[in-house]
Amino acid sequence: MNPLTISVELIFRLALWLLLAPLLPGIINRVKACVAGRKGPPVLQLYYDLARLWQKSVVMSTLASPGFIVGPAVAWVALTGAALLMPIGTANGALSFKGDVLLLIYLLALARFCTAWAALETGSAFEGMGAAREVSYAVLTEAALIAAVLSLSVQSGSSTLGTMLAPSAGPGAILLAAGLFAVLLAENCRVPFDDPNTHLELTMIHEAMALDHSGPPLAVILHGASMKLLLFAVLLSQAVLPIGKLPQPAAAAVLAGSVLAVTVGVGLVESLMARFAFRRVPLLLTVAFLLCLFALVLAWKGGAQ
Amino acid sequence: MERWCPVTEWVNLLVGLAMGLNLLALGSSRLPSVIRAMAVQGVVLGLIPVLMEGRFEWLVALMAAVTVLLKGFLIPGLLRRAMRAANIDREIEPLVGYVPSLLLGAGGTIVAVAVTYRLPLLPEHSHTLLVPGSLATIFTGFILLICRVKAISQVCGYLILENGIYLFGLLLVRSTPFLVESGILLDLAVGVFVIGIIVDRIQRAFDSLDTRKLTVLRE
Repeated sequence: MNPLTISVELIFRLALWLLLAPLLPGIINRVKACVAGRKGPPVLQLYYDLARLWQKSVVMSTLASPGFIVGPAVAWVALTGAALLMPIGTANGALSFKGDVLLLIYLLALARFCTAWAALETGSAFEGMGAAREVSYAVLTEAALIAAVLSLSVQSGSSTLGTMLAPSAGPGAILLAAGLFAVLLAENCRVPFDDPNTHLELTMIHEAMALDHSGPPLAVILHGASMKLLLFAVLLSQAVLPIGKLPQPAAAAVLAGSVLAVTVGVGLVESLMARFAFRRVPLLLTVAFLLCLFALVLAWKGGAQ
Repeated sequence: MERWCPVTEWVNLLVGLAMGLNLLALGSSRLPSVIRAMAVQGVVLGLIPVLMEGRFEWLVALMAAVTVLLKGFLIPGLLRRAMRAANIDREIEPLVGYVPSLLLGAGGTIVAVAVTYRLPLLPEHSHTLLVPGSLATIFTGFILLICRVKAISQVCGYLILENGIYLFGLLLVRSTPFLVESGILLDLAVGVFVIGIIVDRIQRAFDSLDTRKLTVLRE
C-alpha cells in the first residue's frame, strides 16, 4: 500500500468514528422516550449541543491550572487513539501490531486519569467526590475488561486486536457478552451504575466530574464520552460475534446492526431498571468481573487448541 | 479447533451459560431472582440432551420437554406460590455475604475446571464442559444450601445442586434408561410440592422462615 491510500483510509476511519459517535446517545434517548411514551429530543441533539458548546467561551476558576483544559484534550486524544486501534469488520485497526490490545487498555486508563485530573483541578470537593467514585468503580471494571481481553487472547492464541476479535468467543461467548455489557454500562456511566440524566449531587459520578467545565472543554468531554460508548459497543459486538470471518460488506452490516442492538439494549435497560444503591454496585461489578473470568477459564480449558 | 464439532460447541455454550447463572443465583439478593436464575438454568440444561443426541428421537425430545416444563415452569411456579401464600418478605438474609459467596463460587468453578482435566475421562467427553459445569453447579448448590437461612432459598440451593447432578448424568445419557431420569424428575416435583406445604406450616408456626429457629424444640 502506498502512503496515499493509507492516509486516505486513516482519514476516512477517523471521520467515521468522530461523526458517528454522537449518534449513540441520541438513539438511547430516543428509545427511552419511546418506552416512556414521550416524543423525546431529536436523535441528532448531541450534534447541536456540541456545536453550541464549541462557540461558547470558557469560564475558568482562578484556582485551576492549565491542566483544567489539558486534561479533557488529552483524554479525547487518548480515546480517539483507542478508537483507531479497533478493527472494523474484517479490516484491521489503523495501527495494528502485536500486543496492541495492551495499548488499548492503557489508552482507556489514560483517558480516565486525565478526566479525573481535570476534575480535581477545579479544587471543588464535589468534583473530587465524582473523581473518587469514578476511579474506585474503574478498579473493578478494568479487572473485568482485562479478564475479557485475556479470554479472547487465550481463545484465539494471539495478542493482536485484529486476530483476537475476528472469531467468536467460543464456549464463553454468552458469559463474555453479559460481562462486557455490564462493563459497558459501568464505564459509560449508564443506568444501573449511574444516571446520566440526574443532577442530584449525591448520586452522580461522571456528571459530577464535568460540572465546572464549560464551552469547548465540555464539548470535548461529551464527545469523548460518546466515542467511548461507541468503542465499547464495537468491542462487545466484535468480541462475541464472528464478524471477522464474514465477507467485508456483510461484516460491516452485521457490525452496524449489532452496535445498534447494543445501543437499543442500553436504552431499554435504562428505561426498565432503576439505578442501584451505591453499596450494591460493587456486587454487580464483581459479578461482571467473574463472568469475564469464567469466560477466561472456559477459553483456557474448554475450547483452546 | 479441528476436532471440534458444532454440537460440542453448542453444548459448551449452554453449559457456560449455566455456569453464569450460578453466579447470578449466588449474587442476587432477592428470592424471585434466585428462583428465576434456577428456572432458566433448568431450561438451559433441559435443552442439552436434544443437542447432544444429534438426531431427533421421540424419547429424548419428550424427556427434554418434560424436564423443561418441570424445572423451568412447574417447580418455580410452585415456589412462587408458596412464597406468596406464606407472605415471605423477599430479601434473602445470607449467613455469608454476597461478595464472599460469589468469590467462593468462582473459586469452586475454577477448581472444578482445573481438576476435571486431571480426571481419566473418556475421549469423547474430555472436550465438553459437562464435568466442570456439573461440579461447579453442585458446588454452587452447596454454598446456597449452607450460606442462606431462608427455607425457600435453601430449596433453590437444593434444586441447583440437582441441576449439577443432572448435568453429570448427561455423561451417561446413552446408557441410563429414561425411566431413571423420569423417576428423578417425579421425585423432585413431589419434593418441591411437599416443601411448598411445609414452608407454609413453618411460617405459621414460627412466624418466620429462618431455619436457625427450627433447631429449638417447642411444645
